[in-house]
Amino acid sequence: MAITPPPARRRKRRMDKVMPLVMMPVNWLEERSGLVGGLKYFLFRKVPSDINWFHTLGSATLTAFIVQAVTGVILAMYYKPHPDTAYESIRYITNEATLGWLVRGMHRWGASVFIILIFLHMARVFLFGAYKYPRELNWIVGVMLLPLAMLEGFTGYLLPWDQTAYWATVVGINLNGTGPVVGPFLAQFLRGGDEIGTDTLTRFYAMHMLLLPGAIMGLIGLHLYLVIRLGVSSPPWSKDAAGSEREERPSGDPGLVRPRARGRVAK
Amino acid sequence: MVSPPAVIVGAIITVIFGFLWARDVMSPGRASAAGGPEPAGTADAEPIPAHMGAPATPPGHPSEGPASYPRSKFLELGTLGLGAVIGGIITAPILGFAVLPAFTEDELGGVDLGPLTKYPTGKWIEATFLLNPAAGEVSRRTAFIRSNGMEGGQPSMTIISNRCVHLGCPVQAAGPRNDDQQETIKTEQAELTVTPVLPANFSCPCHGGSYDTEGNRIAGPPVRALDRYKYSIVDGHLILLQPYSVSEVEGEGAKAAIKAYGIQGPGEHVDGLSGLLYPIQPQDLG
Ligand code: HEM
Ligand code: FES
Repeated sequence: MAITPPPARRRKRRMDKVMPLVMMPVNWLEERSGLVGGLKYFLFRKVPSDINWFHTLGSATLTAFIVQAVTGVILAMYYKPHPDTAYESIRYITNEATLGWLVRGMHRWGASVFIILIFLHMARVFLFGAYKYPRELNWIVGVMLLPLAMLEGFTGYLLPWDQTAYWATVVGINLNGTGPVVGPFLAQFLRGGDEIGTDTLTRFYAMHMLLLPGAIMGLIGLHLYLVIRLGVSSPPWSKDAAGSEREERPSGDPGLVRPRARGRVAK
Repeated sequence: MVSPPAVIVGAIITVIFGFLWARDVMSPGRASAAGGPEPAGTADAEPIPAHMGAPATPPGHPSEGPASYPRSKFLELGTLGLGAVIGGIITAPILGFAVLPAFTEDELGGVDLGPLTKYPTGKWIEATFLLNPAAGEVSRRTAFIRSNGMEGGQPSMTIISNRCVHLGCPVQAAGPRNDDQQETIKTEQAELTVTPVLPANFSCPCHGGSYDTEGNRIAGPPVRALDRYKYSIVDGHLILLQPYSVSEVEGEGAKAAIKAYGIQGPGEHVDGLSGLLYPIQPQDLG
């Protein structure tokens, strides 16, 4: 008569059978690409013990950007960038297409959320002094991301092609036009000619959905690379001195906190 | 299409920087600086650590001196140079395509604004019309038109553009509108609507700019007087021609002394010290 093992051990036995099945494809991928280890290196980083919620503002900004990218792609499936059709296609998305109001609403409100979060994240970095050595370069990357994000807002605002969109863009372009010497040329380039028209709408659309998001994605990649390479800074009130030792380190390393994969790489 | 001044400026920049680059590449100091071993820094002077766990960099191989020029070096430079040429050949037309079409000038002839009889002496008429019917509604423009009667045997008209010279919003006639007397006139190039208005002044909905009935700024952020249109009279019809910018107007109606300048964008000063901020306009290059 077989003795039934206690539930915990039974579960463990089942796990032992299932795990190889799960790990097989993961290991296959890891052996050929190192991607799994890379992902672990990215996710299981060492961070200072006294970080707080303010440190999540950067990830929140990233999330907002991803929401914009995804909803934007879906909107682009229905939006028609021409003066004769733009307003009508937006009306269709909002009033007729199933759940179109939701996706458009997410993109429209999300745009403001994105900008607000960028500023909050920047304020956090500034007030915590997290821009100081060795993270200056990441501040500089951020300074490039900020105007790109605002240009996304500027170019996106024209797309509904209603009265607000049109006149706001007239004012926005003319504002650029008042810049000394190059202003009139910048305005001419943005308009795509002497007057706001079809060319303005299509070039704003191209910038809004291709040029700027591409540039932002590239810079976010660089931004995160630097975050991972340099580690996250502790808050200014931290008792740990900046750059203090976290682990035994090889000689010649002056003690910069370097993140390491915590998890074991799957064998 | 491609403006000669731009080409000349580009050519000069290319020659200067090409020369600087060539001189830099050929200077003897460069080879040793690039190939020589890294100067050993103290821990203080070189705070970023070498990659952890990475093997120590072997000491730089001794410099062979400028006398030998290995084939690998030549091929390396050749590949880089060829890559630069290919990149340039691809990039130049793409950039040109992105930028230059915006600077081709739209040739627009006059717009027929209907018979002069629609514009009674001393009365303001708000006329809206399509500047370029082929472009559709986006080219709709509005002008405030007042006939000043005959001056020197010619009809004198004041035609003020409704584009605010602060940042371009549509200026309104502040005063009663006689919408019941609104009329739509079909002419050869345009279908226009004329409405009699009684402006005490012109004012802008966007940031509160306001102008007197000669277009002079009286309040708010605008930097000059409202733009005006040139016009001509052909067979008793009023023909609207190019717009021009105005710093200020002295006097009124037919006797007004208008300080006129070439058309400039809203927000740009046309005279005084600030006018120097805008030395060239896109249309100057055409
Ligand atoms: C698209 C916009 C941005 C995204 C997605 C983004 C994302 C992130 C993330 C995920 C972090 C990790 C630490 C944290 O969350 O606080 C971070 C750190 C950092 N960010 Fe951003 N960021 C953006 C814009 C900016 C801007 C506008 C600035 C400043 C001008 C900036 C400067 C920095 C700096 C200096 C750090 C290092 C902070 C530390 O290590 O404590 N970033 N960023
Ligand atoms: S655009 Fe008219 S006052 Fe600003």
